Amino acid sequence: MSTSLKQIRLAAGFPGVNNTTVWSDPAAGSQIAFDSFRHVAQTAERGKLDFFFLAEGLRLREHAGKIHDLDIVGRPDTFTVLAALAAVTEHIGLAGTINSTFNEPYEVARQFASLDWLSGGRAAWNVVTSWDAFTGENFRRGGFLPQDQRYERARTFLRTASELWDSWHGDEIVADKETGQFLSTPAPGGFTHEDAHFDINGRFNVPRSPQGRPVILQAGESDEGRDFAATAADVIFSRYSQYDQARAFYADVKNRLPKFGRTRDQLLILPAAGFVLGDTDAEAEEAAREIRLAQVSPATAIRFLEQLWNTDLSGHDPDGPLPAFDPVVSEIGGLVAKGNAGARQLAKSPVALANQWRAKAEAENLTTRELIIEVTGRQSFIGSPATVAAEINRFVQDDASDGFIIGSHLVPGGLDPFVDKVVPLLQERGVFRTEYEGTTLRENLGLAPLGAVTATPVAW
Amino acid sequence: MSRSTNSLHLAIALDSAGWHPAAWREPDARPGELFTPKYWVDLIQRAERGLVDFVTIEDGLRLQSDHPLQPDDRADRVRGRLDATLIAARVAPVTSRIGLLPTAIVNHTEPFHLAKAIATIDYASAGRAGIRVQLDGTAEGAAHFGRREIQPLRREDYANLDAPGLRQRLRDSFDEAADYVEVLRRLWDSWEDDAEIRDLATGRFIDRDKLHYIDFEGRWFSVKGPSITPRPPQGQPVVAALGHAEVPYQLIARSTDVGFVTPHSAADATAIIAQIRAQQQAVGRAADTVHVFADLVVFLDREHATAVARKQRLDARAGAEYTSDAEIFVGTPAELADLLLDWHRAGLSGYRLRPAVLPHDLSQITDYLVPELQRRGAFRAAYEANTLRGLLGLSRPANRYAAGAA
Repeated sequence: MSTSLKQIRLAAGFPGVNNTTVWSDPAAGSQIAFDSFRHVAQTAERGKLDFFFLAEGLRLREHAGKIHDLDIVGRPDTFTVLAALAAVTEHIGLAGTINSTFNEPYEVARQFASLDWLSGGRAAWNVVTSWDAFTGENFRRGGFLPQDQRYERARTFLRTASELWDSWHGDEIVADKETGQFLSTPAPGGFTHEDAHFDINGRFNVPRSPQGRPVILQAGESDEGRDFAATAADVIFSRYSQYDQARAFYADVKNRLPKFGRTRDQLLILPAAGFVLGDTDAEAEEAAREIRLAQVSPATAIRFLEQLWNTDLSGHDPDGPLPAFDPVVSEIGGLVAKGNAGARQLAKSPVALANQWRAKAEAENLTTRELIIEVTGRQSFIGSPATVAAEINRFVQDDASDGFIIGSHLVPGGLDPFVDKVVPLLQERGVFRTEYEGTTLRENLGLAPLGAVTATPVAW
Repeated sequence: MSRSTNSLHLAIALDSAGWHPAAWREPDARPGELFTPKYWVDLIQRAERGLVDFVTIEDGLRLQSDHPLQPDDRADRVRGRLDATLIAARVAPVTSRIGLLPTAIVNHTEPFHLAKAIATIDYASAGRAGIRVQLDGTAEGAAHFGRREIQPLRREDYANLDAPGLRQRLRDSFDEAADYVEVLRRLWDSWEDDAEIRDLATGRFIDRDKLHYIDFEGRWFSVKGPSITPRPPQGQPVVAALGHAEVPYQLIARSTDVGFVTPHSAADATAIIAQIRAQQQAVGRAADTVHVFADLVVFLDREHATAVARKQRLDARAGAEYTSDAEIFVGTPAELADLLLDWHRAGLSGYRLRPAVLPHDLSQITDYLVPELQRRGAFRAAYEANTLRGLLGLSRPANRYAAGAA
């Protein structure tokens, strides 16, 4: 194995609540049965992938005031499904998305510390913050955050949780039956934290877990978000899977690390990426087209259109041209779609985007549905296993990423061909492990061990 | 299908190394493994071999303390614990019949999160999940969350929970707990069983008319719904609570499927059950099954004198005679069987046994008490149902939101 080659990091995202997960395929299984989660996690572990990744959404999405019914609806609770998966896997990391708005640090810190113990050091946390009152209606902490405070909230939440994890140093439990000493200190876990978001003090009640704290994932995009990730995250879960964008993002984020006293290998950048395989590249292209048609049904195309146009288009012909009139601009934005981050993106400059779409549809002679297929979520890697393996490796060796969070379009078997056909080719190239190197996720990701806990808090 | 009414239900209450504070120093104790999954898997698989209905797992949002209200700074006791809900989830895939009831503190947590957590364990266990709800009335617990002031109970208050002044405060706390359980139950029903349709003709994954906003608005919180997790396999996972006085008995009567109580005699049990039944009547739940289980702390050995000597040794090591809210039983499995059958006649459905020492007293239950009860025709010879509700003789309930539901 050449030491000059970067080792690729790969994770498996569980296909879930969005239109890219195809439920109409006869091979599509349950989105809630535990066996589906077990299958994906065990497949990922068979492929020696770094971690299993679960997204989260805390309110069912709505469209025009009604629950969105065209995509997958329904998902499990993040912590408990990961804890259950710890029982049926041995090595793979277990990464969960947990919101810092509708939770409290004491509870989340003990849940992650518990998950880390119960998985033998395999827990990871994708830290997200939502700011919508819509989701808040499900919670006693029901309020919402102004958008400009969301990183501040996430930052202080994570800092507070870290103080709780560090409140036990790892040497407290003696458990000496002869002397009767259980603890080396009578008062472990002490903490005091006071800022604009949290004013708490007392004693944390979970001893320091195998990893010390979970591996931290973050989806930093804005300037502020990138800085946050550069200070506090171990992994960035990025949306940039196009080569040029990905390289620019990679360079930008890695260059931020020194100013926070961190080295380039202490933050891994893993874009989300879908794939479609075929025996030949041409067959894969054909399969990808079929999958895109299944992902964007005529009804789904109209729903997408309504998200941008912000009005009822139920009478619009999906096989005809885009509407000639402009989107309805509203102050609040997203009147039609709620609980949908993609729709919030669309609402930023709807008229300009609609003009772009119309120009593209006209130039390429696309119907509404064909246009939606073009402008939404094309799979990142399409081709024969050799083509896909080569492309993934090119991204990593060229510093466009450190690897990928691989998604598929099908539960539970969608990941299987990737593990069976692409992973062996990466292993042959010497760029992906053939056995897990360590016992904890941190070790397997090649991240530096956490330093000893000190009395002084971390600088962020 | 109902079993003989003479048949007892048994649950095991698991708490770190056992309920006695010196339990962790016993020869077969594994104090260095309390935070490993293997420890919990071993214990619960052992309980499952004993055919017990379910285990409960204690929890708390504070460091354990011998003092009810504040840290005790003791280094000679087990301190620190894992989240009980996650322990239950971790054990679910490696057990097959036993029910799993973690404890959750309800006055600092979100019912929306807990509802989906228990529903998810119900999926992972194919219908064996439940929840034991508990309140934390301490200022220390409140300070860990920083969101609300709690006027703490004083130590002496615990001896007199039915005093008039305390009663209103308790009533408020337990009303909040009842609201919390109401939200859990509504969320579990917020998806009808056949909501997922995968209709290719219309492109719809679900029939959204079968998903329901719960629109709960109460004094302490409001929750919109529906849940993000479809209705769990049991429909309604089992809800339990422990009570020692009239106000908690009301919670048991109006909100739970199983109440844990602490009688000290058969007559005591009769009186407590009468109170709970009267409360059920008062809230219109007279027709619903609410099982009443008596809690007992057990020190068990094959010879009576051995059990007595063991408890003395444990007490000496702990530096004080062991006390408990529950009756403490010290003796042989056969003697315990006598007591269980005697109190059973008072109307108890069963018992939640708190092993003083793990795994010793758990093994005594599974290896000797259970066979003894089986010989007397008072306990199952094999699991007769695949779900916890089934083991407890509870049918799978109709969905409150389904068309035609009452």
